[in-house]
Amino acid sequence: MHQVEIATTKETLLDSPEMILNMGPQHPSTHGVLRVILKLDGETVMDLDCDIGYLHRGMEKIAENRMYTMIAPYWDRLDYIAAVSNGLVWVETVEQMMGLVVPPRAHYIRTILTELNRIASHLLWLATHALDIGAVTVLLWALREREEILKIFERQFGARLTCHAWRVGGMPNDAYDDFDADVRRFVSNFPKRLDEYETVLSENRIWLSRTVGIGVISGEEAVAIGLSGPALRGSGVAWDIRKSRPYAAYADMDFDIPLGENGDTYDRYLVRLEEMRQSRRIVVQALDNLPDGPVNAKLPKIVKPPVGDYYHSIEGPKGEIGCYLVSDGTAQPWRMRVRPPSLINLQALKNLCLGHLVADVVAIIGTLDIVLGEIDR
Amino acid sequence: MELLLAPINFIDQFLLKFFSAETINHFVWPFIQIGLVVTLVAGWVAYATYLERKISAFMQARLGPMRVGPWGLLQPIADGIKLLTKEDFIPEKADRWIFFCAPYIAVAAAFITFAVIPFAPDWGVITDVNIGLLFVLAVSSVGVLALILAGWSSNSKYSLLGALRSSAQMISYEVAMGLSLIGALMFARTLSLSGIVSAQQGDSVWYFVYQPLGFLIFLVSGIAENNRAPFDLPEAESELVAGFHTEYSGFRWSLFFMAEYAAMVIVSAVAVTVYLGGWYAPFVYRLTEANGYHNLYVIVSLLVFLAKLGAILYLYFWLRWTLPRFRYDQLMDIGWKWLIPSALINITLSALAIFVVQALDGWRGIKTIQSLASGLDLTATGKAVMIVFGLLGLGITGLLLARLNWRSRDFNLKSQRRNIRLVNLPQGKPAVPAVAPAE
Repeated sequence: MHQVEIATTKETLLDSPEMILNMGPQHPSTHGVLRVILKLDGETVMDLDCDIGYLHRGMEKIAENRMYTMIAPYWDRLDYIAAVSNGLVWVETVEQMMGLVVPPRAHYIRTILTELNRIASHLLWLATHALDIGAVTVLLWALREREEILKIFERQFGARLTCHAWRVGGMPNDAYDDFDADVRRFVSNFPKRLDEYETVLSENRIWLSRTVGIGVISGEEAVAIGLSGPALRGSGVAWDIRKSRPYAAYADMDFDIPLGENGDTYDRYLVRLEEMRQSRRIVVQALDNLPDGPVNAKLPKIVKPPVGDYYHSIEGPKGEIGCYLVSDGTAQPWRMRVRPPSLINLQALKNLCLGHLVADVVAIIGTLDIVLGEIDR
Repeated sequence: MELLLAPINFIDQFLLKFFSAETINHFVWPFIQIGLVVTLVAGWVAYATYLERKISAFMQARLGPMRVGPWGLLQPIADGIKLLTKEDFIPEKADRWIFFCAPYIAVAAAFITFAVIPFAPDWGVITDVNIGLLFVLAVSSVGVLALILAGWSSNSKYSLLGALRSSAQMISYEVAMGLSLIGALMFARTLSLSGIVSAQQGDSVWYFVYQPLGFLIFLVSGIAENNRAPFDLPEAESELVAGFHTEYSGFRWSLFFMAEYAAMVIVSAVAVTVYLGGWYAPFVYRLTEANGYHNLYVIVSLLVFLAKLGAILYLYFWLRWTLPRFRYDQLMDIGWKWLIPSALINITLSALAIFVVQALDGWRGIKTIQSLASGLDLTATGKAVMIVFGLLGLGITGLLLARLNWRSRDFNLKSQRRNIRLVNLPQGKPAVPAVAPAE
């Protein structure tokens, strides 16, 4: 049969090579020093690769040469947006290994401050995510609320960002005098402010058109990649470590888990907003039932967990942050391994971005809510 | 009082000592006016940055610049000095000459346009060209060239993408912008900007009353044409770093900035002139010119013009700090699927409206037109017909385009908006005992 060559395919008509675009490591919206190598056809993403490690500090290796009590500050520097929750993983892991029983008051205060930290982290996510999509004003509004939380942290821990919040066996000191009043003031103002953000974004046509149907990931796919946190719940998978394996005082708390439907950027946005509301609910409950008593367990002179290994994880703001600890019975861990939620959530970037435009890549990086300090460790 | 009552004679008398009357009319006065306008526009650009920062600050619950001078009033000057003394860096691989020239083209294109803008009657306009509107559109579109050249010569991928975006954007929105003006031109029956204003003065109606649809289209496409948020894709900070001027620094960068703000003023000025009556406001003429205060009339008209200009510019700032940014393909959708069809509908309906008004005139004793000497001068009946057609235009366009775009993904967003489910998971075995067991 005679075949006529007809120039129908794109390659023959317009033989232009794809463009390789380096996004980062110095780029306004890669949230740190992430380098994304994009292969673009016009503005459509054909292929994508991430280059990480610009912030590598060898934190897991450093931990092998430190006493157990000295490692906690390093955890603050993983996900510096959520230093308080990160610190909690570490101290709880060591406490579990040693079989320490922490007094309930410490558990409750830990719950309050970790949830405040979740709100702070989600607020910063909202700020940067909105900024990436172009809504600048939300950035400053969200930071205004975060400031209130950071003030509470500053009064409690003496630091705003890397708090070194907890000690093995409890807390460095009890809640400060006005703690209750400060937290109550924040939780009473907060819902009103959250509604304000919703009026600017949730119903906004441009916001909807930029987020609905962008970066869709199904529940099965999300589980296969190992997504956790709001990114997983946005796809409709009901999984929250606060419920499935409660730590701190979460077993006593009554709260709901928000679940998305389609697993797109908009669902993840809604899930995070609702999580902030639920966090506030937890804070109020914990504050109402705050027990009296000591905040520290009795500790031996040197923290020396028995020989063995242990894995403990909590629901951080970004997802499941875990610590795998191997002890050889000395005062220093034999091996410490971090399960960083940001790194594992970042694996989904390629699946989410293919076929979308450059502008969507920025929105998707924002919606995954990554922190490079945690990815590179 | 002398100054307010009569033309500014003393300057003329002073100039006559050095030049002939003809030279003064054709050469010296225009130069004085040009100097004034350029200085004022440059000053405006500097203080527009201040205003924008202050307005955004108030929207964002902060103070904005406060350190340099009282309330930070000297901040623009400090910024200007900083920009002038910065290193003028040219990337090694850049196309030097084009990289050099691009900012000047941008600024020139923006500033030349001011020649025909009627800031006020009489001496308030540098030159009243009878194709003024065409001139504005033609010259301001040269600005695209500067952006393309800047993006191309920088030899950077971000700049190139920014330049490509901006050229596509400006070209498609220029079409809508030009088409949206035609309706108003049919009422004014002239392309001269002063002529359009006096037509509105003659009819004592601002044209946005007759042309609500045209005014909307013009505003949207004007904002897009200026690359301002929510259409600021060419310089989309979060995606393209800074778009076409990524590689520019110091003075050359500030030239682009000046061009952007000057272009903003031009689009607002055209919107004011064509749709908001320019320097015309009710009662001003009757109170000043009719009593013989000619210069007072010009000055008050100038203030009226500037007030309207300020209102439109505030709209620019307001939108920029409120809305997120569109995506590139959505921007094209709005341009081609919404604005251009609506502009065409607008032209058709305006023509129909004029036809109806003219046909009604004299039919069963109805009088709709007073005169056609300069633009349409309508009676109350005629005005009512026009307004009805204007509102009809809005309705028809809205319905028609909604029908056409019904199936497009971006249109039915509200129905796509979902609520999240709240579930209460069963509790698992606690990892940590929440309450200490009794000793």
